[in-house]
Amino acid sequence: MSTTLSSHALRRSAGALGGFAVVTLLTFLGLMAITFFIGRVVPIDPVLSVVGDRATQEQYDAARVAMGLDRPLVVQFFSYVGDVFRGDLGLSVSTNRPVAEDLARVFPATLEMATIGILIGVGMGVPLGVWAAARQGTWVDQLIRVFALLGYSVPAFWLGLVGLVIFYAGLGWVAGPGRVDIFYEGLVPSRTGLMLVDSALAGDWEVFWNALDHLILPATILGFFSLAYIARMTRSFMLDQLGQEYITTARVKGVSEWRVIWAHGFRPIRVPLITVIGLSYAALLEGSVMIETVFSWPGIGNYLTVALLNADMNAVLGATLVIGAVFILINKLSDVLYRILDPRSR
Amino acid sequence: MTMTDWLLADSPSSRLQASLGNGYRMLRMLMRNPLTVIGALILLALILAAMFAPWIAPHSPLGQNLGQRLLPPSAEHWMGTDELGRDIFSRVIYGARITLLIVALVAVISAPLGLLIGAISGYFGGWVDKVMMGITDVFLSMPKLILALAFVAALGPGIENAIIAIAITSWPAYARIARAETLTFRNSEFISAMRLLGASHTRIIVGHVLPLCTSSMIVRVTLDMAGIILTAAGLGFLGLGAQPPLPEWGAMISRGRAFILDQWWVATMPGFAIIIVSLGFCLLGDGLRDVLDPKQGGKS
Repeated sequence: MSTTLSSHALRRSAGALGGFAVVTLLTFLGLMAITFFIGRVVPIDPVLSVVGDRATQEQYDAARVAMGLDRPLVVQFFSYVGDVFRGDLGLSVSTNRPVAEDLARVFPATLEMATIGILIGVGMGVPLGVWAAARQGTWVDQLIRVFALLGYSVPAFWLGLVGLVIFYAGLGWVAGPGRVDIFYEGLVPSRTGLMLVDSALAGDWEVFWNALDHLILPATILGFFSLAYIARMTRSFMLDQLGQEYITTARVKGVSEWRVIWAHGFRPIRVPLITVIGLSYAALLEGSVMIETVFSWPGIGNYLTVALLNADMNAVLGATLVIGAVFILINKLSDVLYRILDPRSR
Repeated sequence: MTMTDWLLADSPSSRLQASLGNGYRMLRMLMRNPLTVIGALILLALILAAMFAPWIAPHSPLGQNLGQRLLPPSAEHWMGTDELGRDIFSRVIYGARITLLIVALVAVISAPLGLLIGAISGYFGGWVDKVMMGITDVFLSMPKLILALAFVAALGPGIENAIIAIAITSWPAYARIARAETLTFRNSEFISAMRLLGASHTRIIVGHVLPLCTSSMIVRVTLDMAGIILTAAGLGFLGLGAQPPLPEWGAMISRGRAFILDQWWVATMPGFAIIIVSLGFCLLGDGLRDVLDPKQGGKS
């Protein structure tokens, strides 16, 4: 009996994973179609930027053929897709290095900030949401509602600036922009690219605390935006559960309120929460673009905005592609996780 | 018979009376929630500020006065002055025009587009539905802000391109809603009756399917407005949206960044305008959802 059940569950998981792979692949293709299209509508003539505007018509045509721009669009698209899968995103005009190399260098900084951000968002958002649902209609509930609304209406870059003025310049509680103080730069060998992990591995706690000092403000501000969404969703899931009859039964039986909420009410909402957390993690990677600009954080967002201002299209499209791919992957992964974990589909 | 009695009559004698009565009932339900009223008032203030900016603003939004650079907030300059001696309060008031223009144009472009795609998809079903929703889903699972950034980078900075980029990235959510709504009544009897009467597909979609989708669309668009304002301000902040000397709020914050530690008001003041307006749209959207779309509301 139990073997058939588990083999059934296994088959279901395999089916979900297969569907996930197909959908994700198609979405990636869609993403590449969009970046390819954007690359084509740029008003800058790519041939002209290579040969210069004094080139003769023959030179121009030869360069055009050499760059493969005379081929049909479909062929060009598939050769672009091939390049992307081989990890070739072209050369960045501003750094004069392959875009893929640049991105690999800056991505860990973004990952570090977004991860600390989501930890703060989940660590505070889930308890706050449960609390608001348990005290529905009281001032706690109202306060959390206002908090959540602010999360939808405050510009991240503005909050970053105000945070710098108050906590860095005013109170001096945290360090300023950048990842570490300038004299700590390059002290620890980069193994993972994550400053906290690298310094801990090297046993250099001075650098570790300095990096944390720099990280805490941008990560908290980033976390605030996920907190708003997570708390709101947790509250609404929790209210659904607390209205069910089994909760009333538990209360009638004299189960303590703490156990009613955490052991009975919270347990079933863990699965839908995974999707919510996955979505907000992906959103944080995107949201870090604005925060990184304000905090001069050397991550992918900062790289993207610098490339935007320099009209460095290869770098812009490469960064878009990478952020988009990670975003899609987390999105679809939390989707498939939900389908595997949800006991109702068993 | 008073006006109210006429509006709330159980058996209205004309179509006009019925729809007016319906509108009146909704208005009363909306007014019952104080937060919704606050949201509506904020939106009204935004519209009035945009319309009467030359009369409200005490100074010119573009007039420079280098003798009065970076003055702190005072009775003469309520929000202080910026690095070119321009009155920040006046610029914020004129900025309402730009914000209103952006949200209105994005809504006018993306909502009908999404509505049409969703309604056609849901109405016809089959492979039309599969293809159109496949494309919609691809767009839906993209990071919107990054995509808008890339579009503006390609099209070139400017307020028109920012509007186009935001509109391109916001229609898919509307298409999804319109499709879901269409599916709930595509097999109902009044649609079959229309078909039997020989109405064309176009006529059924435009005359009967689209109007039924509008109320949930209005709710969703209102709720999305805050996000649109934040994205537009973000583009402005990065220097990709409205170009100087236009008094766009995001761009104003960006210019104030250089003086943030000593003259905090230059960057901070426009931010408050953004927050208040976004909050207004959120509150109004929440209230509208409770009244127009009770299936979705109540829970969250």
